[in-house]
Amino acid sequence: MAVKSMKSARNRGEVVVSSSAFSPDDIRGDFPILQTTVHGKRLAYLDNAATSQKPQAVIAAMTRYYNSQNANIHRGVYELSMEATAAYEAARDRVRQFINAADSREVVFVRGATEAINLVATSWGQANVRTGDEIILSTLEHHSNIVPWQMLADRAGVKLRVIPINEAGELCMEEYEKLLSPRTRLVAITHVSNALGTITPVQRMVRMAHAAGALALVDGAQSVPHLPIDVRDIDCDFFVFSGHKICGPTGIGVLYGRQAILQAMPPYQGGGDMIETVSFAKTTYAPVPQKFEAGTPNISGALGLAAALDYVCGIGMDRIGSYEHQLLRYAQEKLSQVKGLKIVGTAAEKAAVISFVLSCAHPHDVGTILDGQGVAIRTGHHCCQPVMDHYGIPATARVSLAFYNTREDVDQLVQGLQTVKEVLG
Amino acid sequence: MSDLRELYQEVILDHAKHPRNFHAMPDSVRAADGHNPLCGDRLKVFVQVEDGVIRDISFTGSGCAISTASASMMTEALKGKSLLEEEAIFKSFHDLLTTGSHATEDEELLGKLEVFGGVREFPVRVKCATLAWHTLQAALKGSAEPVKTE
Ligand SMILES: Cc1ncc(COP(=O)(O)O)c(C=O)c1O
Repeated sequence: MAVKSMKSARNRGEVVVSSSAFSPDDIRGDFPILQTTVHGKRLAYLDNAATSQKPQAVIAAMTRYYNSQNANIHRGVYELSMEATAAYEAARDRVRQFINAADSREVVFVRGATEAINLVATSWGQANVRTGDEIILSTLEHHSNIVPWQMLADRAGVKLRVIPINEAGELCMEEYEKLLSPRTRLVAITHVSNALGTITPVQRMVRMAHAAGALALVDGAQSVPHLPIDVRDIDCDFFVFSGHKICGPTGIGVLYGRQAILQAMPPYQGGGDMIETVSFAKTTYAPVPQKFEAGTPNISGALGLAAALDYVCGIGMDRIGSYEHQLLRYAQEKLSQVKGLKIVGTAAEKAAVISFVLSCAHPHDVGTILDGQGVAIRTGHHCCQPVMDHYGIPATARVSLAFYNTREDVDQLVQGLQTVKEVLG
Repeated sequence: MSDLRELYQEVILDHAKHPRNFHAMPDSVRAADGHNPLCGDRLKVFVQVEDGVIRDISFTGSGCAISTASASMMTEALKGKSLLEEEAIFKSFHDLLTTGSHATEDEELLGKLEVFGGVREFPVRVKCATLAWHTLQAALKGSAEPVKTE
């Protein structure tokens, strides 16, 4: 298929089936921001783990909603409201299909991964944990998969246990095995580390959690953009992710939960849409997922997310994954040739993230100088202070790739690092 | 590139690589911790005051080039100065970074510290340049809370 027609098909959200190898040159034109310049330089956007860029198809879906579909959902008997409701529910089903959940009622729209974890920690936590119970996390966790559990620990007297990592940044599975016990209520682990790129063996970890009688929550914020996801295959009880990291808008994300578990959980927030009947004597709650979606939701966000999933599936998650893997190898090779550069996190299984430190420069200085070269990377602790503490460093510079990045982006980064050395060396 | 050279001036790089007064002082000396959570910079500033005059001042810790150089040059600029002078210098330094005001009396007060003028073009780095200074204020006030700039 010609590039042009493929592009327009993608922008209509159609699935374009093609067996040919994926080339980012075919799709970079879909992203308006990639055509812009920074400080007069070509933009090399290498901070995709923080947030991804948005294709025109997503921007158009949201604009279309405000231009011609805008109405509140689940309320009106008039045409527009019914249309908006149908579109919102279709978006839910799009997500279900994307993560291969059994039922769209298992898909709860939230603000993002952070809110999803807070929902589980608050609602499920309140109903299911008691003093003396334990929750297992890992050193790799993003602060959003640590702090909500600490807050629960303070409220309910549960104990948090932490799976350590080895020098490569991989979870120590023997330690995990030892931490599991009849006291374990939940294991909450990240699927891909945002600071190091480590892919964790979630399937095995979920199986071990279940064998110990515990539930398992998988933080998919960083895996969803890079790997095909099948929640039934992983067999987790909860799976969370943010739309904005997979080409969708900010302010929309997903909590997947096994239906029976969601049904048994108390509501998270109270308000409209989450009730069945309200009287001052007694209120009854709506069934899931509405029970967890109090108030007017982020309708345009849900439509934008559905368009984003259509877009990436149009390319194919498998092709995205294998392309990114090639680019990761190229970047690792190029970076390891930079004198004085040390890659932090060298797990055997890695997604497209490279954290590094330079002997001659603090990450913050690296970030500032690279910015001057049009190269956007993240510097700091990446909301993973326990990971930084593990390596005894205050911060790293982090490059995170997406399928629209090219070797040219990587070369621009390496060139920029030469400038860092010239300025600071 | 020109902005970058403006930011990373020779003097700044020299102090970043070879910080002056870079050592701890005994426990009896006033000290405070400063932390910039955004980039992980951590400093400790020690200051010895006698009769309203800064007799000795030093720092320890790790940070980016800007925060290290700023701490180093601060200790050089303030040693032997009265607390009143310190206050005036801090104010002009702060103005230089935030508003770029350039009164002649400021220039005299600031001396070598003028090289930090380039930081103004990099708003997210202003916190780096002021970390040591805020930490010093805490040490002088005897505040036990670590200083945070973010
Ligand atoms: C692994 C991981 N979990 C959770 C989050 C939180 O996502 P959000 O800020 O979109 O809620 C992030 C975001 O950086 C992340 O990388």
